[in-house]
Amino acid sequence: MACAGWGDALRISRPATLSLRAVALLYLALLLLLPLGVVFVRTFEHGIGTAWNWMTTPAAVSAFWLTVKLAAIAVPLNTIFGVGCALVLVRGHGRGRAVLDSLIDLPFVVSPVIVGLALILVYGEQGWFGKWFVQHGIPIIYSWPGMAIATIFVSLPFVVREVAPVLIEIGDEQEQAAATLGASSWQTFWRITLPSIRWGVAYGVVLTTARALGEIGAVLVVSSNVAGQTLTLPLLVNQRADQIGAGQITGAYSAATELAIMSLIVLLAMTVLGPRRPESR
Amino acid sequence: MSTSTSGYAATAPSATPRRRARRGAHTSGLGLGLCTLYMSVIVLIPLAAVVVQAFNQGLSTFWDSVTTTVSLRALGETLLAALIVAAIGAVMGTMVAWVLVRDQFPGKRFINALIDLPFALPTIVAGLTLLALYGPGSPVGIHLAYTRAAVIVALLFVTLPFVVRSVQPVLIELDQEVEEAAASLGASNAITFRRIVLPALRPSILSGAALAFARCVGEIGSLLLIVGKVQIASIVIFDDIEGDAPHAAASLSVVLLVLSLLILIGLRRLGGRVAH
Repeated sequence: MACAGWGDALRISRPATLSLRAVALLYLALLLLLPLGVVFVRTFEHGIGTAWNWMTTPAAVSAFWLTVKLAAIAVPLNTIFGVGCALVLVRGHGRGRAVLDSLIDLPFVVSPVIVGLALILVYGEQGWFGKWFVQHGIPIIYSWPGMAIATIFVSLPFVVREVAPVLIEIGDEQEQAAATLGASSWQTFWRITLPSIRWGVAYGVVLTTARALGEIGAVLVVSSNVAGQTLTLPLLVNQRADQIGAGQITGAYSAATELAIMSLIVLLAMTVLGPRRPESR
Repeated sequence: MSTSTSGYAATAPSATPRRRARRGAHTSGLGLGLCTLYMSVIVLIPLAAVVVQAFNQGLSTFWDSVTTTVSLRALGETLLAALIVAAIGAVMGTMVAWVLVRDQFPGKRFINALIDLPFALPTIVAGLTLLALYGPGSPVGIHLAYTRAAVIVALLFVTLPFVVRSVQPVLIELDQEVEEAAASLGASNAITFRRIVLPALRPSILSGAALAFARCVGEIGSLLLIVGKVQIASIVIFDDIEGDAPHAAASLSVVLLVLSLLILIGLRRLGGRVAH
């Protein structure tokens, strides 16, 4: 840790240090650990078998694969866009860059519900482009393509925002050297640029994946919420938790545990890859 | 998790070598075009459709729609909740960051990694965890679900990392000699903190709290299961969409969009960092 061995600049007495530590850790325990622990306990309170049954119902299996499918569409597209866009913003020289730059962060600040509404207004049956798609037999809203667009929307800026600072930091001397030695733009990108930004890309991909797996607000609005067809795991949690029925809540907890395990894996990847995390400075 | 300085376009090397400019002019234009196209299809055109929908029946209809009792109460509830969460988050987040940077204790690395949990955990799971803990049949005997308090707790959960991750790096870089000097000149801890440490941390606390505020204004996932009858704006918009009232939904959305944009612009002015 960067702070190891630092002198106590603020000479805080031992009791004060301990009570600060206690308050901070208690806050984290109450806010983060306790609730998560309760979900695990609730999932398995009727035995592992019951939880496993809830995780392997046809609806749950279909929800799992739809979640994976949406992430598998959104993550590669946003990664390609993210790297390309970061290159354009940092290395390019067009007039529109400043505008694009200021618009990239929009998906971070727009409420997911508004994302859903916006997509309905454009791609819905009555929407601007929706009519054309419906006439050609391609339903978007209330089926998976709409959910995929919603997922792409909410997870769009992560890769750009992770890669751009790295591009600035590495500078373009090596790229210029490669160009001078006769490498094509394509060769320079694959041999020089990509290897030096790979950690930034990887971290951006992890963040994109986390968001894609967990998105609910935008997807909820554009999904028809039919079990076995248009439910993702988060939507399944929502639906099961809302239904009053014997054991439904256990079903909700089981699906939530699946998601929690996925996100613990993501968290692990974040900790390993986190490029500019304070502790790695 | 967080960092990304805004304004890359401006920070690109100004002395662009002429050779590269000649060679890459076409590719760059093409790239910019493709990026703009992708952004337009996914983000810009749909958002424009919301604005059009809100105003297509005239300005007065829009105004009537956002000044109904329901809309005004939703906006009030949302802003109040966001303010409370930003304030509590600023204090507790700074404290957590302080403990993580200046204190030494076993398991610190684990706790440090844990801070990102709310970003990694799907928000619906966050909502369910709070329902499990504070809902009907609560194991701790606290029944908060379906109240404003539950909304505050859920929002505190999802926004926890913002202030911590914004303050932490600044605290690490902070020059402790100034604090030592203040202490050696007889300043008490309280005075040293207020006069030396806090001013240095203020921009990062502020930008972290602003990000938390922005997140609160639009949050829905973690609230779905525990919101009950509390009229939070995003929930009202959702109900309007489900109730086939796109105009009402779009009008309230435009108000939230403007609010988010103002925060985004404010953060850029602050020279701050835009996280998520």
